[in-house]
Amino acid sequence: MAYVGIVLISHSPKVAEGIKDIIRQVMKEVPVETAGGTDDHEIGTSVEKIQAAIERADGGKGVLLFYDLGSAMMNAEVAVELSESEDVKVAVDLPLLEGSYVGAVESGMGKSLDEVLAAVKKAFK
Amino acid sequence: MELNVQSVLKWIEKLNDKIQNNKEYLTSLDQAIGDGDHGINMARGFQEVINKTTTSQYDTVSDLTKDVAMTLMSKVGGASGPLYGTAFLKLSMSVKGKDPVDHDAFTAGVQEALNGIQQRGKANEGEKTLVDVWAPVLRFLQENSEFEPGKLEETAKVAMESTKDIIAIRGRAAYLKERSKGHLDPGSVSSFYLFQSLAEVLQEGE
Repeated sequence: MAYVGIVLISHSPKVAEGIKDIIRQVMKEVPVETAGGTDDHEIGTSVEKIQAAIERADGGKGVLLFYDLGSAMMNAEVAVELSESEDVKVAVDLPLLEGSYVGAVESGMGKSLDEVLAAVKKAFK
Repeated sequence: MELNVQSVLKWIEKLNDKIQNNKEYLTSLDQAIGDGDHGINMARGFQEVINKTTTSQYDTVSDLTKDVAMTLMSKVGGASGPLYGTAFLKLSMSVKGKDPVDHDAFTAGVQEALNGIQQRGKANEGEKTLVDVWAPVLRFLQENSEFEPGKLEETAKVAMESTKDIIAIRGRAAYLKERSKGHLDPGSVSSFYLFQSLAEVLQEGE
């Protein structure tokens, strides 16, 4: 069964990996991929890393992107535009940790991309 | 004014020189109200741009500025990557098929670039961001079909200095609220270098 993929975008590789660990404790099937730090693993974000994570997370049911601060959102949007896919969406103004956790749980229930995004929005608005 | 591949290459080289020479200054400005990476990120990004543009051949200003955009987006790491990257990408799309780029084509390109920056950063004028330099420069270009390059530089400089008294409501500086007042916006300073470099190229071309 295919699931909506989750991408974690953080300025810090450790933060992205740490959140993935938390999600993996409960959700083992849902694709969760990280794009933490710059290409040199410094603090920052990288469009190329985000694009690669989207590709890995995409099992055919779409991908939802979560981000932490400033440039992470901008680079997430750039990556979505470059993907030229309508099945890649950014979870705007939603918390990276709690939002992606809820997203992964909803994805694990077999929901569609729009359903997962709506559920995450509902949980935090 | 008129810009061709050669003059835009000169523009980018001058801009890179200013960024490399002022790397510590840009960083110190960003340490005051941001995350302190503006100088390092811009220096890395524009060095990569120069590495790319000096080893490539370009037939049009559009092709050249597109390469600048893609390099900045992939190599900068901080907010300036997607912002300046988007600006150059929109400029590139706008001046496609318009070589050499004349005043009207360039002004339209700057308009598109500013729209792109605002869309990407969700910022308006008066919020202590690079928009506060790009918007007055655009108005200057719209109002003056012929101008002395020094006036363009002066416009950008005054605009940059005006960011000092603004309270930030975008970017990392927004977390500081009123404590962001009294400091120049680092992105506005790098944008000043961009238009100062352009003014120098136009001056030399006369």
